[in-house]
Amino acid sequence: MNSIEINNVSKFFGKKKEIVALEQVNLNVPKGNLFGLIGPDGAGKTTLFRILTTLMLADTGTAKVLGYDVVKDYKKIRQIVGYMPGKFSLYQDLSVYENLSFFATLFNTSIKENYNLIKDIYVQLEPFKNRKAGALSGGMKQKLALCCTLVHKPEILFLDEPTTGVDAVSRREFWEMLKRLNKEGITIFVSTPYMDEATMCDNIALIQNAHILSINSPEGLMDSYPDTLWGLKSEKMYPLLLDLEKNPNVQSVFTFGDEHHVKMKQGKGEDDLKMWLSQSGHQEVEMKIIKPTVEDCFLDLLNERKKVKA
Amino acid sequence: MKILLTLLRKEFRQIFRDKAILKLIFLMPTIQLLILPFAADSEIKNINVGIIDNDHSSYSRQLVEKMEYSSYFDLKEYSNSYKEGLKWLENNSVDLFIEIPANFESKLVRENYSPVFMAVNATNGVKGNLGAAYVMNTIADLNKNIIAEWVMPPSTNMSPQIDITHSHWYNPHSNYQKFMVPGILAILLTLVGSFLSALNIVREKEIGTIEQLNVTPILKSHFILGKLIPFWVLGYGILTIGLAISYIIHGIVPSSNIGVLFIFAGVYLIAVMGLGLLISNFSETQQQAMMISFFFMMVFIMLSGLFTSIESMPRWAQIVAWINPVTYMVDVMRMVLLKGAQLTDMLFHFKAIIAEAFFLNILAIWSYSKRN
Repeated sequence: MNSIEINNVSKFFGKKKEIVALEQVNLNVPKGNLFGLIGPDGAGKTTLFRILTTLMLADTGTAKVLGYDVVKDYKKIRQIVGYMPGKFSLYQDLSVYENLSFFATLFNTSIKENYNLIKDIYVQLEPFKNRKAGALSGGMKQKLALCCTLVHKPEILFLDEPTTGVDAVSRREFWEMLKRLNKEGITIFVSTPYMDEATMCDNIALIQNAHILSINSPEGLMDSYPDTLWGLKSEKMYPLLLDLEKNPNVQSVFTFGDEHHVKMKQGKGEDDLKMWLSQSGHQEVEMKIIKPTVEDCFLDLLNERKKVKA
Repeated sequence: MKILLTLLRKEFRQIFRDKAILKLIFLMPTIQLLILPFAADSEIKNINVGIIDNDHSSYSRQLVEKMEYSSYFDLKEYSNSYKEGLKWLENNSVDLFIEIPANFESKLVRENYSPVFMAVNATNGVKGNLGAAYVMNTIADLNKNIIAEWVMPPSTNMSPQIDITHSHWYNPHSNYQKFMVPGILAILLTLVGSFLSALNIVREKEIGTIEQLNVTPILKSHFILGKLIPFWVLGYGILTIGLAISYIIHGIVPSSNIGVLFIFAGVYLIAVMGLGLLISNFSETQQQAMMISFFFMMVFIMLSGLFTSIESMPRWAQIVAWINPVTYMVDVMRMVLLKGAQLTDMLFHFKAIIAEAFFLNILAIWSYSKRN
């Protein structure tokens, strides 16, 4: 059974509906999944979230959350979902405890009733119980926001870029929390612009320019990478990059950390690359086959889309 | 019910935690009621005058003396050149000047007629008109003296005369403060009821907290009531403080049942809160809400009979004034505080404000939406 079903959803903005935010989006999220919506800023992630959480109406298409239609049964959906917007939107002038109990009461429940669900997170917040939410650090704010969306024991969580602007350690902590919650049986639909977080999800959808590029598991996505990918390292990285870009046999080259990821054109392989390297005079180039990352796949899909369009 | 209480508790917490707003809410009426009624006085005194006397006769001197002793005039300049007089007007050292021609006395004695020239700076029309009228009065007075001096009056007045005496009702000393204080109080109620509530709701939009509220199952009515009730209470607070100040400082004792005033203010607050909600529905940021509020405030103040009487406005403005809810509040304030009006005298006002309350709130609730 699917927790979220999205059929042909489109959304346009602007006076003449000339800005496309989502176009013909189809997506299913299985129950109990930790599902990641991965894409750069402006891809349409937040729009999709707002449609699913009944805050916005789609221009075309239908969507269902836990079997309820987002237009007709919006009241029902508001009872059972937890939504954490990308922008911190709790009351900055209320304390941690006041915020939490406020949102608990709005759902006709109390902190005590669902304490076991938020316990792991709340113990970290407890020392700052009486501090105003506005005075918390970025990571703490996100934890409080998560607590507030969890306090009514939602059946599904919508987290819009929960880790944006949070430091690396807090990010990892946050994802571990999500994993734990997911084990409790809560379906989680999370968006992020960070490709490296994709591997934490059960399934991911890559989104760019209002279109879903691919839906797969992270492993499935990486396995589906069609070609061999070469990792190149040398003493002089930048001149190497410039030369690689000029090489007519190279399909694409991107820099990742201390490596250039190189994909050769159809029919060209290791020998072509090696020969070119020895001719071009680059010294001591380390070269090996590497496993593609989610970002490689994303960039590859983007390139292919461009080709199709052209 | 429990949810509404939670919303109210949260709202009051936030209001009482915002020290700046809280101070503003209580300082604003205090300061405005302390200062404004004294400053906003439409009686014009201290008109600066200049005199050009080309005659230097005993009559011209009498005229100058009369001007000098009047409490309305400040004799600022004295000269015998017309050109200089125009200069005074140009550099604003006088509001008006009179020129007494060279043959003033001789002409008066010989021809029984003598002109005096007056030039008035009419940039401020009210001041110019009043100043000119005062000068004419003064000259007419002098004229009477001269007639009395020349023609011995008959011992008994032959022609029948009607003598008019008058008394000022409701404000026996024509005290301008008593006129202004109730009006300012009405404006303050409007400020709290509509604009503070509008800003409050828009702030939730701006910070994004409204998003978080919108995905909860709370009802539209709960949200709206939770927002409006606190400002209703605050409005009553301001009204009470304001009435206390007008009693202590301005000695205004309500001349009829104050309960009626409170009931009316309650309905009035509901009406203007509907307006506040309406403003908040159409603005995304606090700046926008401020600008819209400002626009309404100007119209409200100018077309409410606060300063100028509605009866002397052109027809279209009168219509706008009687649509303006502030007009009714200003009127009822004055009726209760000064005139001693009873509930039955204000039935029209009640009906009108109840209608406006319904209209504005229905419009506001209809246009408020939890999603877009």
